[in-house]
Amino acid sequence: MFKFLWRKKQQHFSGGLILEGHKQVTAIEEPELPQELIYPLFLAAARYAAACVKVGDTVLKGQVIATADGPLSTPIHAASSGIISAIEKRLIAHPSGLSENCIILQTDGLDKAIPSEPCLDYQQQSREVLREKIQQAGIVGLGGAAFPTAKKLNSPQAIHSLIINAAECEPYISCDESLAITAAKEIIQGSLIIQHILQAHHCIIAIEDSKPTAYSALLSAATSSNIQIQKVPSIYPTGGEKQLIQVISGIKIPAQKLVFEQGFICQNIGTSFAVYQAIILGLPLTERIITITGAGIKQTKNLRARIGTPIKNLIQTCQGYTEHAQQLIMGGPMMGIALRSDEIAIIKASNCLLIDTIKSQTPQPCIRCGDCATVCPAELLPQQLYWYSRAQQWDNCAEYQLADCVECGCCDVVCPSKIPLVQAFRIAKGELVHKQKQAEQAAIAKKRFENQQQRKLKIEQEKNQKLEKRKAAIEKMKAAAAKRKLN
Amino acid sequence: MLLLCLVFACLGLLLGYAHKKLKIQGAPLVEQINDLLPQTQCGQCNFIGCRPYAEAIANDEADINQCPPNGEAGILALANLLGKEAKPLNPDYGQQKAPAVAFIIEQDCIGCVKCIPPCPVDAILGASKQMHTVIASECTGCELCISPCPVDCIIMRPIEKSANHWQWNQHV
Repeated sequence: MFKFLWRKKQQHFSGGLILEGHKQVTAIEEPELPQELIYPLFLAAARYAAACVKVGDTVLKGQVIATADGPLSTPIHAASSGIISAIEKRLIAHPSGLSENCIILQTDGLDKAIPSEPCLDYQQQSREVLREKIQQAGIVGLGGAAFPTAKKLNSPQAIHSLIINAAECEPYISCDESLAITAAKEIIQGSLIIQHILQAHHCIIAIEDSKPTAYSALLSAATSSNIQIQKVPSIYPTGGEKQLIQVISGIKIPAQKLVFEQGFICQNIGTSFAVYQAIILGLPLTERIITITGAGIKQTKNLRARIGTPIKNLIQTCQGYTEHAQQLIMGGPMMGIALRSDEIAIIKASNCLLIDTIKSQTPQPCIRCGDCATVCPAELLPQQLYWYSRAQQWDNCAEYQLADCVECGCCDVVCPSKIPLVQAFRIAKGELVHKQKQAEQAAIAKKRFENQQQRKLKIEQEKNQKLEKRKAAIEKMKAAAAKRKLN
Repeated sequence: MLLLCLVFACLGLLLGYAHKKLKIQGAPLVEQINDLLPQTQCGQCNFIGCRPYAEAIANDEADINQCPPNGEAGILALANLLGKEAKPLNPDYGQQKAPAVAFIIEQDCIGCVKCIPPCPVDAILGASKQMHTVIASECTGCELCISPCPVDCIIMRPIEKSANHWQWNQHV
């Protein structure tokens, strides 16, 4: 089956767009140590970490400051040494613009680290131990979704192919490319470790054909291993999980199926590097590469930033804002989220900060041109979904497979009427989630109410039975007394 | 002719059998109505819970616009199910409020257990002369525990905004 699979030619996924790159690959720089590092305890929906330090505690670099709380949570490590100055509500890097509890670490400038436990031969260790190490290092997918890596590597089904995603298809972002150029060997090592954990037959690193330097760096680093480096066409969104698998193997992942169910697993190239650091060097995930770019910034840079660094510190490293700085976006121009303030700290998922002008256009009515359907990589009907979401017919949205929308933003780009389609889909998805949650809560309340009713009924019945028994006993006694009287 | 009669008789039996055996059991109307109700069990409709109200609607003894927590959207869903015309919420039964949960001010609680029996979903934890508390995740916000409290130590708290419950919506 595998041979058949790999003989298949590269296939293009449906839809997609050729976008202008705007990518400036720069050498990775280290920003100055910030005075304050901020760690939100909220990781993602229904995922929290639990603080295990108190205000006033002294911590070292690499020390755990919050432990995983729940199955899909990961621990947080201090990125420098210092004192915990507060655990308080701060604005977080989240589209809601809300504040959540954060651990605030006042750095002391010494940058003293806890001793690490390097491991030279990972193959001596069992896969479970390696997975646990990855979990304890706090590694999550660094492509932007921040799903816990150890969970992803614990696939219930056999995996035949590991795909390391270096496509980085979104414009402006160049953090993965610059990492591939500077740390190709480490990435290959990390990929081999992941392959070993998964026991996958194949390991392919997929990279867009517009990145020749990174491609050749990876190619020369991978010569002695069985890892394939494969070029993929630069069409947005090639870096989408399902799209990338289709491009590489020709296999289309069905709607609402997860890729591991078909024997694939995708990992970001940055995650590979983090796995290398965690296993071989024994270092937890405390920093990541981040691209600071856009018309609103004086100098585009790729920085090796400590997770928890406030955005304003990174902006300073890039010589500050220009007069075009009107909005701050975390992520790329297609899928990024707008942030309220540069006081917010970067998180593990922050791959890019885009500072740009606001290009808002008043939306015109939909003319049903169908362009959005042609470019949709998930083969949905965006205009139909849009009509349903406007009419608040959420069930119809679900029926038209809204769940498969990856919010890539291709439909927004091509829409001649400039309708914010993705925004409409996000709202519809939110409504569907809300509805489902309400239904779940109602079901629980109904069950509890019914249980209570039954319990009350049972108590009532028992009471009545007792009463009847007593009545019967009294009757008996009365009868006996009457009998005695007669005698 | 006889053969034809026999064939049709057989087919008739087959159909009769299929009708009995393969009948699709739709949920009874009361269940369908009950599923559209919010299950707060608050009794604002003047029935002692969502199910009795659902029974009353099914028997045409109550109107579909007596459930404040269900709001306009709920009335619309009921109207669609029953083929009736939607109408605005009847203000005699109250207004729709923002979701809230009961909270016991623990310093003030005297441990009288009077609030425990009225709770339709057993969401209040406590024993005689012990401090009580509300299990917030189970509370439906029905407010039935408020009036029995002799020291007025139960208040309704709006559900706090958090990134965890946040969803994209029209107001963003």
